[in-house]
Amino acid sequence: MLKQTEGSHATAEAIALCRPEVICAYPITPQTHIVEGLGEMVRLGELKNCEFINVESEFAALSVAIGASAAGARAYTATASQGLLFMAEAVYNASGLGLPIVMTLGNRAIGAPINIWNDHSDAMSMRDAGWLQLFAESNQDSIDLHIQAFRLAEELSMPVMVCVDGFILTHAVERVDIPDQADVDAFLPPYEPVQVLDPADPISIGAMVGPDAFTEVRFLQHYKQTLALQLIPELAAEFSARFGRDTGGLLRTYCADDAEMLVVAMGSINGTIKDTIDEMRADGFSIGLVNIVSFRPFPTEVLRRLLAGRKHVVVVEKSFAVGMGGQLANNVDLALRNTPAAPQVYSVIAGLGGRSITRTSLHRVFRRAVAQPWEGAHFLDLNEDIIGKELHHVRKVRRSGPTAENLLRRLDQAAQHAAAE
Amino acid sequence: MTDPTTTAAANQKLHFYQKGTFTVGNRLVPDTERSVQASIDRSNALTCGHRACQGCGEALGARYAMDAAMRATGGNLIAVNATGCLEVFTTPYPETSWQMPWLHSLFGNAAAVATGVAAAMRVKGRKEVRTIAQGGDGGTTDIGFGCLSGMFERNDDVLYICYDNEGYMNTGVQRSSATPPTARTATTPAMGPEPGNVFGTGKSVPKIAVAHGIPYVATATVADLHDLERKVMKAIGIHGARYIQIHVPCPLGWGSASHDTIRLARLAVECGIFPIFEAEHGIVTNSRKIRRPVPVAEYLKPQRRFAHLFKDGGDSQRLGHLQAMADRNIAEYKMLEPEEEVG
Repeated sequence: MLKQTEGSHATAEAIALCRPEVICAYPITPQTHIVEGLGEMVRLGELKNCEFINVESEFAALSVAIGASAAGARAYTATASQGLLFMAEAVYNASGLGLPIVMTLGNRAIGAPINIWNDHSDAMSMRDAGWLQLFAESNQDSIDLHIQAFRLAEELSMPVMVCVDGFILTHAVERVDIPDQADVDAFLPPYEPVQVLDPADPISIGAMVGPDAFTEVRFLQHYKQTLALQLIPELAAEFSARFGRDTGGLLRTYCADDAEMLVVAMGSINGTIKDTIDEMRADGFSIGLVNIVSFRPFPTEVLRRLLAGRKHVVVVEKSFAVGMGGQLANNVDLALRNTPAAPQVYSVIAGLGGRSITRTSLHRVFRRAVAQPWEGAHFLDLNEDIIGKELHHVRKVRRSGPTAENLLRRLDQAAQHAAAE
Repeated sequence: MTDPTTTAAANQKLHFYQKGTFTVGNRLVPDTERSVQASIDRSNALTCGHRACQGCGEALGARYAMDAAMRATGGNLIAVNATGCLEVFTTPYPETSWQMPWLHSLFGNAAAVATGVAAAMRVKGRKEVRTIAQGGDGGTTDIGFGCLSGMFERNDDVLYICYDNEGYMNTGVQRSSATPPTARTATTPAMGPEPGNVFGTGKSVPKIAVAHGIPYVATATVADLHDLERKVMKAIGIHGARYIQIHVPCPLGWGSASHDTIRLARLAVECGIFPIFEAEHGIVTNSRKIRRPVPVAEYLKPQRRFAHLFKDGGDSQRLGHLQAMADRNIAEYKMLEPEEEVG
């Protein structure tokens, strides 16, 4: 059914269609409207046979989901940003125990400085936690990926994180097609656990594992993710056949066949990049796009085949590892390791803490990759003026003060100066 | 010759005292009142072969509690365990001592995980299955406290049992918020002008549990099997959040002899240091009486963690403070008042 609705609410409707049995929610640090929507549905009786639990923290939220999942219930929660960090220990625990929990991550920045806006720092902080991570480009994607996420999680008995850009998607009202319950039921059978707490068949889950078997437990976790490299495209094909929408499987491409330059990106920014590509192609610039849907498992082989033989690869990402560079760029580099005639990879860090990524800036940086190649990470639209002033200040004054506040003051001074002129 | 069972039944109003305690010998009570542990049918939920230290109070407490809960639920029981001694010594991979469904997730989340288990049972329509969360004092009073308070506050249908051995014993005997003042631990060494743990710190989680107004709170001790079993069986039958804290001496952490575990647990009650009480919906309903209070020194002296209190003529000032703590408990929980007649 087509409807005009907010991304969070659309996602909530998709979750409800998946018939979750236990939903746990902590409201803030920060949360989206997803769990509020689900809470209403449970209260109104629209979502039946579901326990909705208001917990005291994100750590408890995922812990409740762990208990519910281990006891055989389909469990769901949502979080973002600091909330994901607060549940970090349970994030690793859920994947280590092999519990098929589905969690929405309404991607946002991590502080300090405190910032509530969108980027991918939260998702990247848990990229090695053993969860599968799928990135939605649109709110329709969010709906479609969540439905597949439950199936994927339960077939592998592994948790899945569906990453949906905070604000840009979660708070955006746009047209979406909400699937029919009958179709979702046909696609997603009831949860049949591979391990369950049952007095009729008592087992111990979560035993202490020493050096004799720890490596093997970890290996099997990794092996499941390699299985997902097959399973994700299969599920996407099955989903497409039933629902008529292509979610891309591991990745999607746009104008990629003949492109000399390929842009690699994740999430909602792909929309802006596609518009930019259209404009640049009209100018005769040979450019295309690879939109990574599955960041974990990382589609190394598929990506290598796509990127090999291109002249330039530009990775645009909304996160970076301080002291190292962009995580996605590093993963792309890894995909090209030992590839003969590997293309040059250029890393662009953009949109941190919710900064807008404009087509103008993308035009400039894509052309620069050809004209003025760079090493390391390029920070899109970096305000070099205030950075220069702050570095000068820090060198001169020992008690230079808090960085964030200093920069804000400089911005304010610059604005007043501009107004005075 | 009179049948002792008949005699006991005829004298239910009498209290049996053995060695100056309230312990009632099984041979003196009728079959129906004998302990679960005395029954050949006990489930041995925590069975033999685990790797606890000799004389471990926690292993004893956990078996008493789980067997009682198994009896009360007809085996329809799921346990969630916090990280800690109990978790480590019972499940060295690939072995397990648990003869019941058992889940270990993390150190600080047992209460929340149990909430999830209970929710799953409710949504699956398995009302007969009851959920217990359990952990040591570290996993309960410190790192797991947030989740515990959340579980209490929501009145989730979980019985949480804390095995209180007054410190982080599994990791080398460090201080927890349940460590008593003056006790020597690895992080409160017996050094300096005021050796051991300091006065004015720590918290009573049973009291905090009572303040949540939850349906049932109790303290218990491994020195009184009948009382412990009764409380667990009572608690497991109540719906909503419930909390039992069981005092479990730790020979390793306390520096006591393995054969003194029960004796120390008994002395802790009889000197007033560990009050035994029950509370329902925020009101203390009864407390364990003491016939003859023993001086705290009698309880402290067999434990090497308090040895510095008795060196060089003794630290009479701090011993006095500890005695005052015990006396305050005795007054607060009316432990010297005459017992109400039963039956």
